[in-house]
Amino acid sequence: MKATPLVVLENVDKHFGDLHVLRDINLSVQRGEVVVVIGPSGSGKSTLCRTINRLETIDSGVITIDGSPLPAEGRGLARLRSDVGMVFQSFNLFAHKTVLQNVTLGPIKVLKKSKAEAEARGMELLERVRIANQAHKYPAQLSGGQQQRVAIARALAMNPKVILFDEPTSALDPEMVQEVLDVMTDLAKEGMTMVVVTHEMGFARRAANRVVFMADGQIVEENTPDEFFTNPRSERAKDFLSKILTH
Amino acid sequence: MEAFFSNIDKVVDGFSWTVRLTLLSALFSFILGVILTAMRVSPVPLLRGISTAYVEGIRNTPLTLVLLFCGLGLNSALGLHLSDQVMWDVFWWAVIGLSAYTSCFVSESLRAGINTIPVGQVEAARSLGLTFTQNLRLIVIPQALRTVVGPLGSVLIALTKNTTVASVAGLGVQEASRQMKLMFDQGIAPVLPTFFGFAVGFLILTLPMGYLFGWLSKRVAVVR
Ligand SMILES: Nc1ncnc2c1ncn2[C@@H]1O[C@H](COP(=O)(O)OP(=O)(O)OP(=O)(O)O)[C@@H](O)[C@H]1O
Ligand SMILES: [Mg+2]
Repeated sequence: MKATPLVVLENVDKHFGDLHVLRDINLSVQRGEVVVVIGPSGSGKSTLCRTINRLETIDSGVITIDGSPLPAEGRGLARLRSDVGMVFQSFNLFAHKTVLQNVTLGPIKVLKKSKAEAEARGMELLERVRIANQAHKYPAQLSGGQQQRVAIARALAMNPKVILFDEPTSALDPEMVQEVLDVMTDLAKEGMTMVVVTHEMGFARRAANRVVFMADGQIVEENTPDEFFTNPRSERAKDFLSKILTH
Repeated sequence: MEAFFSNIDKVVDGFSWTVRLTLLSALFSFILGVILTAMRVSPVPLLRGISTAYVEGIRNTPLTLVLLFCGLGLNSALGLHLSDQVMWDVFWWAVIGLSAYTSCFVSESLRAGINTIPVGQVEAARSLGLTFTQNLRLIVIPQALRTVVGPLGSVLIALTKNTTVASVAGLGVQEASRQMKLMFDQGIAPVLPTFFGFAVGFLILTLPMGYLFGWLSKRVAVVR
């Protein structure tokens, strides 16, 4: 028996004005699966991520999370969003809150946990992303890599069923990329369901079950990382890989 | 200067009304200003429309007209009374007029503050599952407030000085400028020193405000 997938997109279409950014997207992500989304700039990767927790609306099609369709608005949507964690390219930590407050805000205000419980769990998570000693600092006092690890802890604190990562290392100085990828690799090993937009091939090969290649708003190719990187089938993918491999 | 100081009780009484008008109007302007701002950024078009119309309408009306409308229009012509004692009746109408007017400036300052908050933080809060009001209350307003402490200080100083318009517009609150005029009318004080004395009185009120808000804005600034 095949388990029901955790995230399902069926025939999803999305326009920004005249621009057709998502074209008939069909994608399902199994529980515990790590899917890497790759593709040229402007191909719709961010938009795809953002539709999954409805930061962007879709024009047609269906998105279901753990069997239930995305609610349109209101409390149902808020609850569902807390099941879907999101980690952004630019970290987006709350600048007026300490690291620990960033991590406990969601559990206290959305999951209605007690402060003590949220803080205990928060410290555990900060430990896990190796930044517990900075718990009482403000985001601006941390390096980019540290901020991104806090952002990952903040997402984890909600006990999400799936976490979406939109180019989590693209805004980082090169020497900080690895510390974030290490945390993500650990998560993948622990069985977290993840959708990761990234061009880090090392990470894709090490941690991903599947690579999804997008171009012009369409999913052009899907394969295991090894197959995709060594044997791309489509011309678009070959062309794209030759570009990112040579520079 | 002697005549000014021999009437010091009147001067002090006048400024005590000025302070009361200022503090109460500041409180109500702030509350109304926050509500107007929340409406202005809400996803509901009707609320946005009401807030925009109100702010643009009142902000572009001279304060004298707003206060005349409260005094001559609502209070006298329509006979709406807020207290049995005339003194308090006109006082509360002045507070309402000043708050209605000043809240627009509070709202415009806050809105400018909201625009400085990176949209990514709002999205991050949404993706944690915070509702619109939680987002506003916990993420947006606290940070917006910190960035507009300085401008809000200017609004408060303007409000302090604007309290003098109440009596000019026919709301006979015994605030400082009206006391001054009464002293002139009764011929009990020489004009120039009295003028100077009252001007200094306003400086004593507003200068510390400026410094306090300047200090506060540095104190609470959010480092990004
Ligand atoms: N809010 C928006 N309004 C209008 N157009 C948008 C908006 N957001 C994205 N787009 C456009 O939609 C297309 C897809 O954007 P998207 O950000 O999803 O691409 P991407 O694959 O993430 O690219 P990148 O690698 O540069 O991040 C682009 O052409 C972009 O300019
Ligand atoms: Mg993108």
